[in-house]
Amino acid sequence: MDKRVQEIVLRDSSTPAIPNLEMGGNVLLTRLDEIVNWARRNSIFPLTFGLACCAIEMMSSAASRFDLARFGMEVFRASPRQADLMIVAGRVSKKMAPVLRQIYDQMPAPKWVVSMGACASCGGIFNNYAIVQGVDQIVPVDVYVPGCPPSPDALIYALIKLQQKIRTQRLGMLLELKPRTDTPAIGGAETKTISTPNSSLPSVRAHET
Amino acid sequence: MNIIRDVIKPIGKGLKITMRHFLEPKDTVSYPEQRKEQFARTRWRHVLLRYEDGLERCIGCSLCAGACPVRCIYVEAAENTDEERYSPGERYAKRYEINLLRCIYCGYCQDACPTGAIVLREDYELADYTRESFIATKEMLLEPLPVRDEVAEAVK
Ligand code: SF4
Ligand code: SF4
Ligand code: SF4
Repeated sequence: MDKRVQEIVLRDSSTPAIPNLEMGGNVLLTRLDEIVNWARRNSIFPLTFGLACCAIEMMSSAASRFDLARFGMEVFRASPRQADLMIVAGRVSKKMAPVLRQIYDQMPAPKWVVSMGACASCGGIFNNYAIVQGVDQIVPVDVYVPGCPPSPDALIYALIKLQQKIRTQRLGMLLELKPRTDTPAIGGAETKTISTPNSSLPSVRAHET
Repeated sequence: MNIIRDVIKPIGKGLKITMRHFLEPKDTVSYPEQRKEQFARTRWRHVLLRYEDGLERCIGCSLCAGACPVRCIYVEAAENTDEERYSPGERYAKRYEINLLRCIYCGYCQDACPTGAIVLREDYELADYTRESFIATKEMLLEPLPVRDEVAEAVK
């Protein structure tokens, strides 16, 4: 992969994916892992976080034609305390960014983020001063969904990929699910210092030239 | 209060609607097992086409990159030579990359292309875990070389 591609800012998710789940080692803990992951991936409560046009497709994927209930995900929660998946559907403006981060911080671990659509994933068509160029600059993203908007099938495909990722999680990894320390905390005394989230990071403009 | 008129009858009426919908055929497409039929002009992941003889249609003119509203196409052209021929014209695309994450699947590139090289097809299963995996290079976009069915030709 050439250098121009590598220059893209990468914020990996807080849940690293393990390629294959090998048996062995501590059998008891591995079994427990499997049971816990089975429970987790089949009862994901998404947070209602529709920000723009993509939210319409997110809603319709919960409706009867596509029916997220088949994956145990139909309960969209309006409160971050009850949710474990944040589907960022739509463009995130710089004013919305601190709110988004705060809501993410309020969600109890383990938590996952799906960045839905071109805008949430990298800014999409809105390459301007007002839109965050990729929600991965403020929260760790697990699955990216391209498209403008991604059709409900594409979103469901992404959610299945998320389930596959949850399947590979180990309980020991819970230690890694602590809030990231390199991302500035939002709220409290430091609120003023983060008006532009991660402004020190180079912006994602690999294909602008 | 009339129990029959005010309670039982409305409940029966309501349950009738419920039962009617219960017995109707189901709308749901069980997606991973069963796919919704895509419309004929659905625009999803791009494909770079070839001519029947295997040469690439793309001539590296960058018109698609110019038409793209989000500037997510990168084309680097190079000259064809007689020893190394990729496309019928003078030039070919040495590097052709699309940032599938930035792309909005509008199809303007398809409209702009003078040779009909780039088309948007129906593959919508594009979600992935990392951001760099969305850079589609020319090798990923090009359709595979046409395989000559020699058995069928011999029979003919
Ligand atoms: S990706 Fe397209 S559909 Fe989704 S929020 Fe952006 S402009 Fe709207
Ligand atoms: S479909 Fe639209 S956004 Fe995507 S590469 Fe083509 S012109 Fe650009
Ligand atoms: S895909 Fe078409 S428009 Fe784009 S560089 Fe190739 S020939 Fe030109």
